[in-house]
Amino acid sequence: MNAISIHNLHKSFASNRAVDQVSLNIDRGELFGLIGPDGAGKTSLMRLIASLLLPDSGSVHVFGFDTRRDYRSIRKQLGYMPGRFSLYPDLTVEENLHFWATVFGTTIDRHYHLIEQIYKPLEPFKKRKAGQLSGGMKQKLALSCALIHSPSLLLLDEPTTGVDAVSRMEFWDMLQGLKGKDMTLLVSTPYMDEADLCDRIALMQQGKILSAGNPHHLRTQFIGRLWEVKTPQIHPLKQRLNAHFGREVAHLFGQCLHWTSQADMSIDKVEQVLEQFHIPIDSLREIEPGIEDCFIQIARS
Amino acid sequence: MKRLLAFIRKEFLHIFRDPRTMIILFGMPVAQLLIFGFVISNEIRDAKIAILDKSNDQQSREIVHRLLSSGYFRIGAELETESSIEACFKANQANLVVVFEPDFGRKLERNHRASMQLIADASDPNMAEMLSNYVQGIVFEYVNDLNRTIESPTFIQASYRMIFNPALKGVYMFVPGTMALILMLISAMMTSITIAREKEMGTMEVLLVSPLNPFQILIGKLTPYFFLSLINASLILLMAYFVFGLPILGSSLLLVLVSMLFILMALSLGVLISTVAKNQEVAMFISMFALLLPTLLLSGFIFPIENMPKILQYLSILMPPKYFIIILKNLMIKGIGMSYIWKEVAILGLFLLVFMLISIRKFKIRLE
Repeated sequence: MNAISIHNLHKSFASNRAVDQVSLNIDRGELFGLIGPDGAGKTSLMRLIASLLLPDSGSVHVFGFDTRRDYRSIRKQLGYMPGRFSLYPDLTVEENLHFWATVFGTTIDRHYHLIEQIYKPLEPFKKRKAGQLSGGMKQKLALSCALIHSPSLLLLDEPTTGVDAVSRMEFWDMLQGLKGKDMTLLVSTPYMDEADLCDRIALMQQGKILSAGNPHHLRTQFIGRLWEVKTPQIHPLKQRLNAHFGREVAHLFGQCLHWTSQADMSIDKVEQVLEQFHIPIDSLREIEPGIEDCFIQIARS
Repeated sequence: MKRLLAFIRKEFLHIFRDPRTMIILFGMPVAQLLIFGFVISNEIRDAKIAILDKSNDQQSREIVHRLLSSGYFRIGAELETESSIEACFKANQANLVVVFEPDFGRKLERNHRASMQLIADASDPNMAEMLSNYVQGIVFEYVNDLNRTIESPTFIQASYRMIFNPALKGVYMFVPGTMALILMLISAMMTSITIAREKEMGTMEVLLVSPLNPFQILIGKLTPYFFLSLINASLILLMAYFVFGLPILGSSLLLVLVSMLFILMALSLGVLISTVAKNQEVAMFISMFALLLPTLLLSGFIFPIENMPKILQYLSILMPPKYFIIILKNLMIKGIGMSYIWKEVAILGLFLLVFMLISIRKFKIRLE
């Protein structure tokens, strides 16, 4: 049985289709990433799974329970960490943890092994008010609180948004550590580079799932060759390239330009194309497509 | 049960750690009671009185002289006949008319007993009450001075009559009224705000996903405020008793029980407000407008309901504080028991029931 099975799910707010015709299965024990830009519908999908929202049509089953009817059974097995910091800032670290443990009918000690790795760095600050913690520590505390009752399904809504790069990596390490503890994890994130850390991912945009699967597998489905171009005139080059081919073939990636050419285009031909624009090129090389490149390609088509 | 206790503990921590909440909880009642108390019972200066002196002798003139030199009064009019009294009030020439009977001085010398009459404009009942008290005080002092020189005790009968509002409705009104207002505001506003705060902070989302059921969440929210409001009610009563000398003639136990009922009613109203309010500001706004103004204006706290236009009188039927004020007045000032107030108690109970039912029905187990 799947941990989560979503069938033809729709959810609209006023005229905005937050979740549009989504079907998805997530296996038990999987670390599943829900990846997409802001406003893609990730939070709505999370809330639908958490039984906090009702589907307009379609269905969501969590461990075989329907979110509409059996929400009580679902909520017993669920750990949920909303996108916003959702602990009590006026309670101390320890009080927050104790409160959530008691609410879920357990004690801190019983499942301490689960949160030990995450909570350890917080222990010296356990008398500090949660509102006075740094961003990374708040996330650790929130995760500890969501984990304290050893849920079978852990929903993490953009846990790394607004957290510095080092804390982000730490956080993913912690999630990797939770795998194999008979826990299914569903994580949403706008950061494409986090996709490779998941077992499987779903790319989401405008309420739709564009593609789902193993991140490595998704990358092999990239069509064409991808070129990384470095130039001081990055924007003019992008415009010239797109104009030349009459469609969007180039996109910005950090300080570089990523240009997708047809699969049969050789490097000589590529250089030839670039030369005719009379724009100085610092470097040119072929690269492996990342998830972001895949996302952009799928989103364009 | 453990869950509930943890929840209640958490609520107490929220309250005790937030200075703003503490000020609203305990500063506001004291401040309000003192302000209302002292504004209404403030000192009299240069109040206008009219004199109708039918004897016009040394003794009556002496009393008038003492009244005027006290600094509290000045002459608004000198009247010749009884029939001009009402006109004098209507022209707002005086708030109090002092009438000396014919042969006032002679009766005082011969019989050691004379009478005078104080007629007060009781459309402002507090003022009327105070003015007559002041006059009686001065007259009493005069009699004392007389008794020091005369062997047999002298007595001046100063009867007083209120016109326009003979039953003196509104006197002592401010304590029951303030109590109703404060309990209503604190209980309803604070609960609606604290529930709205959970929604605003996003913690409600996690609470909903937890195994806590709505009933536990509500009870957990309400319990601390119930006890704090009860402490508040006692505080107000103690202050009323010791600072303003308000009597508590009826049963104190009944008073406490009725206050509990009223607090519960206000708490459930707060829950009801929170089911509509999305954030703390909205909760505060609704509480202020839906509770403060009607409680002040329509409950009979400041303006006697009998004097209102018919439509407002009907509206006041829907104001729970109205019934609580009636109960408090009866219990504290008139000292009568349950047999006289059961109707009002029943109405409050009905309000409680209705608010509770709607709140529980409207409490959302999801985010929409």
